[in-house]
Amino acid sequence: MPGKSFVITSGKGGVGKTTITSNLGTALAIRGKKVCVVDADIGLRNLDVVMGLENRVVYDLVQVIEGECRLRQALIKHKRAEGLFLLPASQTRNKDAIIPEQMKELIRRLKEEEEFEYILVDCPAGIEHGFKNAIAGADDALIVTTPEISAIRDADRIIGLLQAEEMYDPKLIINRLSLDMVKKKDMMDKEDIIDILAIKLIGVIPEDEQIIVSTNKGEAIVFADSSGSASAFRRIARRLEGENVPIYGEEENGGFFARIKKLFGLERKETNNV
Amino acid sequence: MFEAVVRWLRGGQGSKDVCKSRLKLILAYDRTEISPEILDALKEDMFLTISKYFDIKEDDVVMNISKSEETVALMANIPILGMKKQSVSIDS
Repeated sequence: MPGKSFVITSGKGGVGKTTITSNLGTALAIRGKKVCVVDADIGLRNLDVVMGLENRVVYDLVQVIEGECRLRQALIKHKRAEGLFLLPASQTRNKDAIIPEQMKELIRRLKEEEEFEYILVDCPAGIEHGFKNAIAGADDALIVTTPEISAIRDADRIIGLLQAEEMYDPKLIINRLSLDMVKKKDMMDKEDIIDILAIKLIGVIPEDEQIIVSTNKGEAIVFADSSGSASAFRRIARRLEGENVPIYGEEENGGFFARIKKLFGLERKETNNV
Repeated sequence: MFEAVVRWLRGGQGSKDVCKSRLKLILAYDRTEISPEILDALKEDMFLTISKYFDIKEDDVVMNISKSEETVALMANIPILGMKKQSVSIDS
């Protein structure tokens, strides 16, 4: 089976594209897949740092495209996750250094020559040249948003731009959701966001301070078993593979206490008040 | 506790609903973003159609997307100089 490429995009910066790329790539690799994560943010390389691989960068994506090195030479093997490789962005060039056609060809080579099963492309923020390059070779798109008004607005714009590029079925990842704030009705819930953006949801990642801790250390949080966000990432990985596992937050409704509540009719009263 | 009381006084509403309705409006605006070329083409079509029935001048036609509090509408302002004679109009 040929590999599948996904672009992780958002429009707005700072919503977690790079962290999500790193963790989904790692989660898929832990599941035994051969995965390449590609940093398409040329000039503002970051995925290597988030993954703790910054010391091993020798060649980059632009050099591969320009034929200055072989593709294999630029691929950095992850320390812990077997089967996980990083193709870093160039830090010294700018986004005009490549064109979408070259990106398409690069993704094709990653699939065919290197036989990657999953290729995750970390897209730069914005909707200009870098965005067009990043989506060029992607079979499918994962749109990242946070429950904030500005991020959702930008996600909507991205959905429109993807349609113009004939990508009609992007999947949504809602990052940094706080169930606590949702409960207080001070944050939009996943239903509200899907209602507005009208695309399929593939995962919800809870707000989690541990992400900062793990990024500080250059580790993916999916290596930590206990954390809520780690389990959310693993679920998205499984859903990417076609498994039908519940989205984060869904099991809260079916949790032990919720079930007891329901049994005594407490739950129903709550929903009636809304 | 204080927060809870304030919330109760406000009728139990969090800021989420405000956010959602603002967002819906913003997106309605964004999604109707029409390029000047399309608006020009529409203007020409409208002019041709309306001039079958009324005397109008193409330069007088003013058209834009109007965005008010609650709605997004296509507004056209077309001053009528006079009626066309019946014989010319309907069959052509």
